[in-house]
Amino acid sequence: MINTMLFGAAPYVLLTLAIAGIIYRYTMSKYTWSSQSSQFLENRTLFFGSFPWHYGIMLILTGHIIGLIIPSVILGWNSAPARLYLLELTGLSLGFLALFGLLTLIYRRLTNVRVKALTSGWDVLVLLILLIQVVTGLGNAILYRWGSNWYAGAAVPWMWSVLSFQPNVDFVSNLPVVTKVHIFNAMLFFALIPFSRLAHFVVINPYKYLWRPYQVVRWYRPRTARTEHLVQYK
Amino acid sequence: MDIRAQLSMNFHMDKCIGCHTCSVSCKNVWTTRRGAEYMWWNNVETKPGCGYPLTWEDQERYRGGWEVSGGSLRLKLLKGPGKIRTLANIFFQPNLPTIDDYYEPFTFDYQNLFNAPAGDDQPVARPKSLITGEFMEKIVLGPNWDDDMGGSPLYASNDPNLKGLSESQKELLTKFHKLFFFYLPRICNHCLNPACVASCPSGAIYKRGEDGIVLIDQDTCRAWRFCVSACPYKKPYYNWANGKSEKCIFCYPRTETGQANACAHACTGRIRSVGVLFYDADRIEEIAKTPDERLVEAMREILLDPCDPKVVEEAKRVGIDENWIKAAQNSPSYNLFKKWRIALPNHPEFRTLPMNFYIPPMSPILHNAKADAGGTFDPENMDFFHQIDKMRVPVRFLANLFGAGNEQVVIESLKRQMAARLYRRQQRFGDVAGGNSAVSQMLNSVGLTPNDCDEIYRLVSLATFQERFVIPETHREAQSTVDPRLMYEKRGTVGFGNKKKELIGRQW
Ligand code: HEM
Ligand code: SF4
Ligand code: SF4
Repeated sequence: MINTMLFGAAPYVLLTLAIAGIIYRYTMSKYTWSSQSSQFLENRTLFFGSFPWHYGIMLILTGHIIGLIIPSVILGWNSAPARLYLLELTGLSLGFLALFGLLTLIYRRLTNVRVKALTSGWDVLVLLILLIQVVTGLGNAILYRWGSNWYAGAAVPWMWSVLSFQPNVDFVSNLPVVTKVHIFNAMLFFALIPFSRLAHFVVINPYKYLWRPYQVVRWYRPRTARTEHLVQYK
Repeated sequence: MDIRAQLSMNFHMDKCIGCHTCSVSCKNVWTTRRGAEYMWWNNVETKPGCGYPLTWEDQERYRGGWEVSGGSLRLKLLKGPGKIRTLANIFFQPNLPTIDDYYEPFTFDYQNLFNAPAGDDQPVARPKSLITGEFMEKIVLGPNWDDDMGGSPLYASNDPNLKGLSESQKELLTKFHKLFFFYLPRICNHCLNPACVASCPSGAIYKRGEDGIVLIDQDTCRAWRFCVSACPYKKPYYNWANGKSEKCIFCYPRTETGQANACAHACTGRIRSVGVLFYDADRIEEIAKTPDERLVEAMREILLDPCDPKVVEEAKRVGIDENWIKAAQNSPSYNLFKKWRIALPNHPEFRTLPMNFYIPPMSPILHNAKADAGGTFDPENMDFFHQIDKMRVPVRFLANLFGAGNEQVVIESLKRQMAARLYRRQQRFGDVAGGNSAVSQMLNSVGLTPNDCDEIYRLVSLATFQERFVIPETHREAQSTVDPRLMYEKRGTVGFGNKKKELIGRQW
């Protein structure tokens, strides 16, 4: 029963909240959409927090997404033990990297007077949820070998069952508590996106930068001669 | 040819009295909000001095502006080929100045003056940080901390423009009889090749096609804060409370209706003028790559003569309005920078092609022989014109500030200014040594006509408001993309609209 609620019904509530919230905030309150960088107020500790955190978490997230989309690749890769160890070891080190970064960020938020003055309840909640997520993730990897195998074998099928609107709780109901917390907390994380600075990585606009010319020009009326851009060199 | 129009401001440095009226009027209009207290879109600094933020001109530290490498133009910030480096630094910016390079915004606890309990001591108003709300031990920096060379051994001696000065010239910092300083009022240069725009991964910063004003789209900015690092003039500012970068908007709501900018309007010294320039956008890259020695000249070349019938015809063809063409033909900027060649850009070597121009300051001639014996001024020698390079303000220093190191452009400006003055003096009092023929020789040697001199004289001394601020109205009625929702939404609001809510953190 509790499993059905947590892994059969709650995903829809939380994901709907996330998607509707993101759309609402992006259309109605774009001005608030920002990474809310605090480097301007403190930039020594941030270096040791932000770099490890972002590189660690982004690579791990990419791994999760690859596993979600093409689980067979992960399973195929893992069929040779050497490759399995390589993958697990990489994942584990990235996890520790992210944990180190995150703990630094939390320490910084709680100790630096300037950053503290700008910390809202949402910021604390975000860091807490992320801490739970990273710690349980590492717990999975260390306690229940091999995580990458059963992620592809159990968690991914469950996620697809949710995404195809036929939630099948059986995939996850027998998983250990740590893993269940990891999964449920992930959905809380999604739900938090529209309400916090986490929005900063959703509609990421920098991707165009690599291709666009350096300069950007806007006209308030159509021009007889030229296009939008001023200087064409990249 | 791709003709575009550009609004541009000029500063006559001899007349700036360092009163900061400009900064205060700008602040009152635009930056009295939380998170913006430390911003001075217009600031005035003393030179020699460290400026605001501290040593902003030191691009080894901040890596602002452009460099030419392997024949192509590249943001200094990128250090390596390609832009990928920018994105890799998005999580942490190695070259970002922090609030401590500007100053921690503060107020004073004035209430204590009223509420302090009776006691033996006079109550004081202690400084309080506007970021944390805590009392501050002491104030250690402000927006014009080294004003009038206060603390010059600590501050002014770090001025990057002192590079290349001889030891005896550097005595201008320490020896009273050689001492000099002047004021440098600064706003965003609304550059033709803006580094801020080029560095923004979001594409939030843009140059307006019609008038060249560079703006940050507040809805698109995501606080990646590259512009702050990339602008060599440090004119975009990061709003730490709202998580958005902001910058000087050239008072576009005023200039669009033909009014002078708040800073320029308020200027007590009447040192400023504003005008329209036409430039050829096709040549920006080429001009920005010019070697340092020719850079100022190249910047003159990119500007088109608004009286040339071919230019006028082309301007009309691309849809530049009649009133803009007329304004360009009466432009103080064009005259000062290109026609009379007495105004110069600030640090052209940053290669952003800045569009504000400064008339470098004059100062007393220093007669070195006498100076060494303790005197500075030889009353017998009144030949200012030929000894202009012996001014107290070393030409080298001015060349570092306004000529990309090229002393010739500075000397040319100073000589022309001096020739125009002597010409006027001869007209008025007829007491210039050598009389009319000496004066006309001077004019010939610098290439000015008597008519030029009269015009220069008029613009820098008598000119009315309308002559100094030749700002054509923008034809908003021709706008193709009016979003009616926006018109009503923004009605009755100020600043960035009715977003009254605090975005980050708590209010103390
Ligand atoms: C495209 C991907 C991303 C970009 C460009 C990005 C960029 C940034 C930037 C610029 C900051 C501000 C750092 C500062 O204070 O200067 C930041 C903060 C933060 N980011 Fe990201 N980020 C990305 C992805 C992520 C992801 C995937 C997560 C979490 C799953 C995340 C979590 C955070 C958190 C929690 C903070 C706040 C740190 C603090 O407490 O100050 N970011 N990010
Ligand atoms: S001065 Fe700086 S902020 Fe202004 S346009 Fe130039 S590069 Fe951009
Ligand atoms: S108001 Fe004018 S004179 Fe006063 S500091 Fe500003 S630019 Fe100089």
